[in-house]
Amino acid sequence: MSVQELEQIFNDKIENEVRIEPRDWMPEKYRQTLIRQISQHAHSEIVGMLPEGNWISRAPSLKRKQILIAKVQDEAGHGLYLYSAAETLGITRDQMIEQLHSGKAKYSSIFNYPTLTWADMGAIGWLVDGAAIMNQVPLCRASFGPYSRAMIRVCKEESFHQRQGFETLLVLSKGTDEQKAMVQDAIDRWWWPSLMMFGPHDSDSQHSEQSMKWKIKRFSNDELRQRFVDMIAEQVKLLGMTLPDPDLKWNEERQHYDFGPINWAEFWNVVSGNGPCNKQRLDARKKAWEDGAWVREAAVAHAEKRATRKEMVAA
Amino acid sequence: MNFLRKYYYGDIPGENLGGGKSSEAKEWPLWEVFIRSKQGLDHKHVGSLHAADAQMAIENARDVYTRRQEGVSIWVVESKFIHASNPDEAESFYEPSNDKVYRHPTFYDLPDELTHM
Repeated sequence: MSVQELEQIFNDKIENEVRIEPRDWMPEKYRQTLIRQISQHAHSEIVGMLPEGNWISRAPSLKRKQILIAKVQDEAGHGLYLYSAAETLGITRDQMIEQLHSGKAKYSSIFNYPTLTWADMGAIGWLVDGAAIMNQVPLCRASFGPYSRAMIRVCKEESFHQRQGFETLLVLSKGTDEQKAMVQDAIDRWWWPSLMMFGPHDSDSQHSEQSMKWKIKRFSNDELRQRFVDMIAEQVKLLGMTLPDPDLKWNEERQHYDFGPINWAEFWNVVSGNGPCNKQRLDARKKAWEDGAWVREAAVAHAEKRATRKEMVAA
Repeated sequence: MNFLRKYYYGDIPGENLGGGKSSEAKEWPLWEVFIRSKQGLDHKHVGSLHAADAQMAIENARDVYTRRQEGVSIWVVESKFIHASNPDEAESFYEPSNDKVYRHPTFYDLPDELTHM
């Protein structure tokens, strides 16, 4: 079959919402863009364990500690589902790790911000996981089978993350003046970076158009960002808190919230490596990989020993 | 355009399966994971993971895929042992069943008065 015919079959599948599976013919660019997106999504989950992992040892109660540990473990699992999906496209785990460590592969810029107080745990669960959910629900219908299946699994688990975050803030918002101030401060620091999670304006988004044509992406950055603002602007009222945006206002005509301008200089700075914690995050990942080498080697040696022992018993 | 024929095992290209003999085995091999979520159901493919051997693969599968009691039984198979049909040959491969309509119950026109059939 000619390339044109194969391409036609591929395009027909996309058109008819038939999922593309790993061994189906696909344009090389489709494969590469998926490898990039899925591996970066996986890296985001793993790096995302770091800002919250920071507070496990200092959670205010055993219950909160258990909940935070469970959430961070979930993020590890999400990373693994996504690495698994990416590997079906022909890239290996070692290659992906190397790309992360060399800076060739990116991860979500939100994780380059520091977690300064316990209330940050609540703000992250509510705002950051909330934004992630907004982005991930449409991905459950991404055209590539393994990616959409991984996303379905992730979304089921993600809703606990958002609920525990909001609940953490709710409890604090009914506490002392100090606790209330801590909540407001966390919201003030995490709000704008959460909006940046949706990426640049549609007009500045490099990959969006092709991703939408191939039905990897279903909604535009700006569309998802607007939905998120509308949702959070209502939820924040239940906390008795405010969002740090003087321009945030319900627009009766549009039936949406108007909001202020995003600091794009900050966004591009953080994406390109100049955020507050970029170096820290990458150093932590590299150290974990290097310090863990003996574990990987020991596991192989142990497996071989086990196999030999089994053979000897059988003999 | 890459015209090289890659040999696939399940969903994974042959050269990416990892594992191997002692000194070269730095990377853990890839395993496919199948979970039976409840007695009475089949094992279903849920994804893959890297592990040094079968026991580790099962333990890792439990940790990654059954955190919310989603499994009563786990199978793991090294990806290299999964053999798969070739989707490029699907048309000719499945062609024989396309025109055998008499295999379907709806092919048979029977009177409405006939009960229990």
